[in-house]
Amino acid sequence: MSSIVDTHPAGHAHDDHGHHGKYSGLMRWVTTTNHKDIGTMYLWFSFTMFLVGGVMALVIRAELFSPGLQVVDPDFFNQMTTMHGLIMVFGAIMPAFVGFANWLIPMQIGAPDMAFARLNNWSFWLLPFAGMLLILSFFTPGGAPGVGWTMYAPLTVQMGVGMDLTIFAVHILGMSSILGSINIITTILNMRAPGMTLMKMPLFCWTWLITAYLLVAAMPVLAGAVTMTLTDRHFGTSFFNAAGGGDPVLYQHIFWFFGHPEVYIIALPAFGVVSQVIPAFSRKPLFGYASMVYATSAIAILSFIVWAHHMYTVGMPVTGQLFFMYATTLIAVPTGVKVFNWVATMWKGSLTFETPMLFALGFLFLFTLGGFTGLVLSLVPVDIQLHDTYYVVAHFHYVMVAGALFSAFAGVYFWLPKWTGRMYDEKLGKIHFWLTLIFFNLIFFVQHFLGLAGMPRRIPDYPLMFETWNKVSTIGAFGFGLSQLLFLYIVLKCIRSGEKAPQLPWDGADSLEWTHLPTPAPYHSFETPPVVK
Amino acid sequence: MKGLLKGRIVSLAAALAALAASAPAHAIAWYFQTPASQMARDIDQLHQYVMWLIIVIFVGVFGFMFWSVYAHRKSVGHKAAQFHENTTVELLWTIIPAIILVIIAWPVTKTVIAQKDTSAADITVKVTGYQWKWGYDYIKGEGEGINFLSTLTTPREQIEGSAPKGENYLLEVDNEMVVPVGKKIRVITTAADVVHAWWVPAFGAKQDAIPGFLRDIWFKPEQLGTFRGQCTELCGKEHAYMPIVVRVVSQDDYSKWVGERKKLMAAAADDPSKTYEQDDLMKRGEKVYAANCVACHQANGRGTPPAFPPLAGGKLTTGPKEGHIDIVLNGKANTAMAAFGKQLNDTDIAAVITYERNSWGNKSGIVQPAEVKARRK
Repeated sequence: MSSIVDTHPAGHAHDDHGHHGKYSGLMRWVTTTNHKDIGTMYLWFSFTMFLVGGVMALVIRAELFSPGLQVVDPDFFNQMTTMHGLIMVFGAIMPAFVGFANWLIPMQIGAPDMAFARLNNWSFWLLPFAGMLLILSFFTPGGAPGVGWTMYAPLTVQMGVGMDLTIFAVHILGMSSILGSINIITTILNMRAPGMTLMKMPLFCWTWLITAYLLVAAMPVLAGAVTMTLTDRHFGTSFFNAAGGGDPVLYQHIFWFFGHPEVYIIALPAFGVVSQVIPAFSRKPLFGYASMVYATSAIAILSFIVWAHHMYTVGMPVTGQLFFMYATTLIAVPTGVKVFNWVATMWKGSLTFETPMLFALGFLFLFTLGGFTGLVLSLVPVDIQLHDTYYVVAHFHYVMVAGALFSAFAGVYFWLPKWTGRMYDEKLGKIHFWLTLIFFNLIFFVQHFLGLAGMPRRIPDYPLMFETWNKVSTIGAFGFGLSQLLFLYIVLKCIRSGEKAPQLPWDGADSLEWTHLPTPAPYHSFETPPVVK
Repeated sequence: MKGLLKGRIVSLAAALAALAASAPAHAIAWYFQTPASQMARDIDQLHQYVMWLIIVIFVGVFGFMFWSVYAHRKSVGHKAAQFHENTTVELLWTIIPAIILVIIAWPVTKTVIAQKDTSAADITVKVTGYQWKWGYDYIKGEGEGINFLSTLTTPREQIEGSAPKGENYLLEVDNEMVVPVGKKIRVITTAADVVHAWWVPAFGAKQDAIPGFLRDIWFKPEQLGTFRGQCTELCGKEHAYMPIVVRVVSQDDYSKWVGERKKLMAAAADDPSKTYEQDDLMKRGEKVYAANCVACHQANGRGTPPAFPPLAGGKLTTGPKEGHIDIVLNGKANTAMAAFGKQLNDTDIAAVITYERNSWGNKSGIVQPAEVKARRK
C-alpha cells in the first residue's frame, strides 16, 4: 500500500491515466479492479437495463391504451410483462444499488478498496452476459418465456428454448449477486478504519451489510427453484408436476421464500441512501440511529417468515393464512419506526430542497403510500379480492419505483459531485423530479382503481369499464419514459460541462467520503486509513 | 432520435385529444363491484375500515412532516437543533402501531375463519380450468350430474377491432354457471394443464385452480342477476379470454334449468357408432374448431409457429389419420396442446379432425366417430 502512496502523492492530477493500471480505453474497464470503476460500470449497466425494461413497459402500456388487440399479440404481450419484470428487478434496480455500494462503502468506512478486488471485477462482468441471455431469448424459436417474472410452474414447461436461456440468466445473475454480497460483507466486517465501530458506520453501510446477508440466503433458493424447473422441462423430473407426484404449489413456496426477502433486498439499500440524504439536507444528525439499525434487522428477519402472503389464494389451511397475515402486518412496526425517524430527523432541522432532497421526500411520501397498500393487501379476505389485480401492480410499483428508483435518483444527484467533481444542473434536476413525480402518480395511482374494480394483471385486453383509467395510465407511462431521457441528459451534461463542484457541496453531509476526501474523490482513496474519533 | 421523439409527442397529444373528445361510453369503474353476498360485503367493509384508518394515519404523519419541513426551512433562517434520540418517543411509536395492528387483526380473523368454512353446502360444483375455458361439473345437490364447458363468446372481430365491442365484451360465455339464490354453493377447483384462478368479485370468491389438486371455497348469492369475473392467474396466451359468468336464479327457475339441461344432455349424447356424411362433419367441425382450436391454430389454419404449428399443409393433418386422432385425444406433453379426449365426445372430435383434414387446401379424407372411439385408451 505505502508504495502506491509514494508514487502518487496527494494532489496528483486526477485525470492522469497512469492511475488506472496498465491498460487504457476499453481494456481498462474490462480489467479494472478499482471499486470506483466497477461502481460506475454497475450504474451505467443498470441505467441501460432501465431503459430496455422501460421500453418494454411502454409496449405493455401502448397495448393497454384501448380494449382489443392493437399493438402486439397476446403471446408477445406475455413475453413483455415477463422480461420487463426480470430486467427491472435483476438488471436495473439491484445492480444500481450494488453500484452505490461499490462506490461508497469503501469510502464511508475508510477502506482503500473492496476486500476482493478481482472478484469484484468478475461479479460485474457476469452481468452483461446474463443480460444478453435474457435479450437473446427473444430471438429463439417461440421467443422469450411468457410466464411472468415469477415463472410459475407448470406453465414454464410449455415454453420454448427462451425459458432455458432465462433460467441460465437467473443462475448467472444469482452468482453475481452472491459474489458481490460476500465481498460487501467481508469489506464491512474487516476493513473499517481504526475507530470506525459498526455502530458508527453510516446507515447506508448498515443497510447494505444486512442486504448482503439477505442475498446470500435468498439467491440460492431461487437458483434451486429454477433448476428444478429446468430438470422438470428436460430431464423427466416431476418436482412441480402433479401427474408425476409433484406439486405446482411447491414452486410458489420456494419462489416466494426467495421473492419476499428480495423485496427487502431492493428496499433496504434504498432506505440507506435516504438515511444519508435526509440528515444532510436537514443539517441535523439522523434521528434514532440505533433504532434504525434494529428496525432494519427486524425487517430482514421478518422477511423470511411472510412469504406465503403472496399465495393466499392457493388454498392454505386457515391457520396458515392467519399466521402469514399476522407476521406480515408485523412488518408495519419496524417500517413505521423508520418513517417516524426520518420525519423526526427533519423536525427542527434547517431544511433546503435541492434535487436529492426532493427525491428523498418523494420517496418518503410515496413509499409510505405503498406500505399502506401493503397493509391492505396483508389482510387475507381483502387480499383474496385484490390478489393478481392491478391493485397489486400499483402497490409494488409504489414500493419499487417510488421507493427504490426515487431513492436511487436521490443518491445519484447527491453523490454526482463527489463522483465527477462537477455539479449537475439544479434547475433541470428539479424539473426531472417534478415530471417524474407527476407522471409516476398518473401511471400508478389510477391502477389502484383498476384493481379495486376487478381488472386482472397480465392481460393484454380488458372489458370496457376499465378503459378510462388505462388511458390515463398509458399517457402517464409515456410521460414518465420521456422524463428519464432528461435524466440521462442531466448526467451527461454534468460529466461534460458541469460547473466545478466545491469541496463540500452539501454543507450537512458528514460521512467520511465528504469530510476526509477531496472532491472529486481521487482514483485511489484512503491508502492510509483515516482515524475516526 | 429527434424524429422519434417528435412522433411520440404528436401521438401523445393525439391520444390526449382523443381522450378528451371521447367520453367513454361505459361507466368508469373505480371501486369494488356491488357486493352480492355477505362475504363480499364483509370484504368491502373491512377494506373501508382499514382505508379510513390508513387515511387518518397518513394525513397525521404527513401533515406533521410537511408542516415541519415547511416550518424549519433554512430560507427563513431556521437553525438546526442537534438532538438525535428520545427513548420515550421511540418506544411510543413502536408500541402504538402494534396496538393499531391488533385492532385491525381482530375483525379480519373472524372473516378469514368464515371464509374457510365450506361445510354444509347445498350444492357442490367442481370447476376445472382448461387452457382457455372453464368446465363445470355439478357433483352434489340439485342438478347433480350436469356438466358443461363454458367458453368465451365474444367474436374475434370485436377483439381485433373490425366490429364494435358489445356491452359485455370479454365477459360473456356460451354456457353460464347457474345457481339458485340464497343457497350455499361450494366450489371445488382444479385444472387440467396449468394454474388458473376462478374469481367472481361480486361474491368475494377467488380460488386458484391447480392441476392435480382440489381446493374449495364457497359463496351464497343473495340476489338474482348475472355476475361476471375473469381468470386471475396467468395461464398462457389466452389468459385474458376465459371469463367466469354466474347466473343467479330463483329456486323455481333453477329446478326448471336443471330439467332442461338434463334433457339437453340426453339429446346431445351422440351415438359414437353412427356414420356421418362429410358435409355434416365439416359443419359441426367448424363450430368445434371455433370454440377450441382457433385461438392458437388461427382461423386460417396457419397457426403462429413455432409455438403453435400450422394445420394447413401440416404433417399431422395431411398424414395418417391415427396420428392426428391421437394428438387431439391425448394432447402433447409440455405444450399448450390439451388432451381434448377428456373434454369432447367422439363425434365432436371426429368432426373437428375431419374439418382440419379438409380445410385450407388439405384433402386428407374424413374420420368417423367410431374410429375415434377405437383409439381411446
